[in-house]
Amino acid sequence: MNPLKWPTIVMLVAGLSLPVMAQEDTENDLTSLLSNLDVHGFYEIRSGYRLRKDKYQKDMSIMETRLQLDVSSYLDWADLKFKGDVFGDLVEERADFDLREACIFTSPFDFMDLKIGRQILTWGTGDLVFINDLFPKDWQSFFIGRDSEYLKAPSDAVKASFFSDWANLDIVYTPQFDPDRFISGKRVSYWNSNLGRLAGRDAIIHTDKPNRWFRDSEIAARLYKNINNYEFALYAYRGYWKSPGGQKASGQSIFPDLNVYGASVRGAIGKGIGNLEFGYYESADDRSGKDPLVNNSELRYLVGYTQEIGKDFTAGFQYYVEQMLNYSRYMDNLSSGPARDEYRHLTTLRLTKLLMNQNLRCSLFTYYSPTDKDVHLRPNVNYKVNDNLAIEIGANIFFGDHPNTFFGQFQNNTNIYTALRYNF
Amino acid sequence: MKLLPVFTITLVFSAVLFAANDPNLPEKTTDVETIVSKANLIAYYQGNDGKAKVKMTITDKKGQSRIREFLILRKDVKDGGDQKYYVYFLKPADVRKMVFMVHKHTDIKKDDDRWLYLPGLDLVRRIAAGDKRTSFVGSDFLYEDVSGRNLAEDAHELIETTDKYYVVKNVPKKPDTVEFSYFNVSIDRKTFVPMKMEFYDKKNKLYRIIESQKVEIIEVKEGEIIHKFPTVVKSVVSDLNTGSKTVMEFANVKYNINLKDIFTERYLRRPPKEAKR
Repeated sequence: MNPLKWPTIVMLVAGLSLPVMAQEDTENDLTSLLSNLDVHGFYEIRSGYRLRKDKYQKDMSIMETRLQLDVSSYLDWADLKFKGDVFGDLVEERADFDLREACIFTSPFDFMDLKIGRQILTWGTGDLVFINDLFPKDWQSFFIGRDSEYLKAPSDAVKASFFSDWANLDIVYTPQFDPDRFISGKRVSYWNSNLGRLAGRDAIIHTDKPNRWFRDSEIAARLYKNINNYEFALYAYRGYWKSPGGQKASGQSIFPDLNVYGASVRGAIGKGIGNLEFGYYESADDRSGKDPLVNNSELRYLVGYTQEIGKDFTAGFQYYVEQMLNYSRYMDNLSSGPARDEYRHLTTLRLTKLLMNQNLRCSLFTYYSPTDKDVHLRPNVNYKVNDNLAIEIGANIFFGDHPNTFFGQFQNNTNIYTALRYNF
Repeated sequence: MKLLPVFTITLVFSAVLFAANDPNLPEKTTDVETIVSKANLIAYYQGNDGKAKVKMTITDKKGQSRIREFLILRKDVKDGGDQKYYVYFLKPADVRKMVFMVHKHTDIKKDDDRWLYLPGLDLVRRIAAGDKRTSFVGSDFLYEDVSGRNLAEDAHELIETTDKYYVVKNVPKKPDTVEFSYFNVSIDRKTFVPMKMEFYDKKNKLYRIIESQKVEIIEVKEGEIIHKFPTVVKSVVSDLNTGSKTVMEFANVKYNINLKDIFTERYLRRPPKEAKR
């Protein structure tokens, strides 16, 4: 799916070999590397079907077996990690390898951590709602019923973290743009505004992706501080819309420039945990909103609260708003088709109940937009048969009054899935 | 698996260590509060910090077992006061490398702060304060068994003094908040280690027993001084209603390891060497 790019290998090898050469102790390092080796992973079978007819997709929504190997080791001066999936996919009729992590971690100074290579990155306070987390997501996996771990796609990046009493700073540099694994029509049908209808495998989105090394790069920063266990953070990002955010006159989708500035706070409120997050999305290729082919700038707001409401029973609620800026220009330029609202309101509710000595987890995550009038329900039941084996059943259910809204467009993707996983 | 804090390396029992007005005691000058406070320190605050590898074996009435294994790091903010805990999961495989962190507050009005780190998502999650009488990681130990029940929650009464033990009856001041009507604790008179806890339900029927099956003296050398820390290294809880049983064993127990402040987001995302090596 995402082969290991050669510069990543170079980064890794360079990171590994420099200190090794300096120590002239390669043999020792290799010995301890092997003796500290830790191998784990899982084997999984997952299958799912659409509950509605989608003429642009197969009835099978997911049908795959997957072997994940998680290999880690360490030296005196570094930790090494490698995690990859081999999978056979009957829907796309292919077998492939997805390298999820291949990175080296080291603390060159007391005040600094460094993580180099392919890695999963997350920050921000939202629960399945992202404002300042601009690391790549895999929306396709999310909607076809893969484990929630797969919502996060890996980045090929360098993460440098600096710590001080005053504040902490993370800087993530991605030398080549890592987009989302977005909904392209390949596995999930979507609203195609050019065609004015739903489309899927008949109109897979083709993109012109910024892909020049070091020139089409991304940089993300987070400055954060914990004050009495209230976690404050400021964020900045310079890069691109992570999913296509515009198109060329030819109709080819593009990833326009995007800068994001934001802030968040999280901490205890009453019996629960509250969070607030804000972000200004500056669509740098269309600051004034004049270009109808490029996303307008946006403001995004989130407020959330989670609390235990019963024994082994928690509930989390979030309210999220996306405000399009220069909305009148957007309306003036809208050539055809249904318009987006200036404000998109979205609520989420997460309910999680543990039963049978916490071996049975029943959860429901709901997105509901009162403005788009659409719903996405994610029920899931997971039972741990024993310490190694787990079975799971879940669904992705979509409703909507309109075929062009964010969740409404996925109505025909409503699916049910089941999985069997053996952890080792 | 739900993650609730594991609080004490030294003792898994609630710190209901109560001193008695025992006429046989050689010194009976100290008042009750002083003794309770001293006992609390012995139970929960041995050393400035500590480390142990913990194995829980949960066996249900059908004989099916599940294993939980984790490394635990503890540091006291203040003796007898706040503490910080870092729990690094090793088993089962699906929770391996997960981290559970607690900033424990002894102020009764302030809930503990709790975090969970999910390595597969690189996600640092805040966890809302929970009912302290729910199961810890699906075992028969409750949050409160391992974190220690606040002394102020119960009225204490010495009901018996044997050669070896003080037996203290504990009656909750707010009976509606708990499922028991009272519990008795047998405390070793020499070491102040609670050796047995017996819980009685609302009909005064015994339904739950926690026993310390093995106590070891952990020695720590500091220069010329050798500190001795009596430590429960094996304890068993039996639920007489469900027929379920959990054995908790401690290995590699260490005290005063000069742990720095690793109880921060930095070390959630990358476990400190003390947790891994």
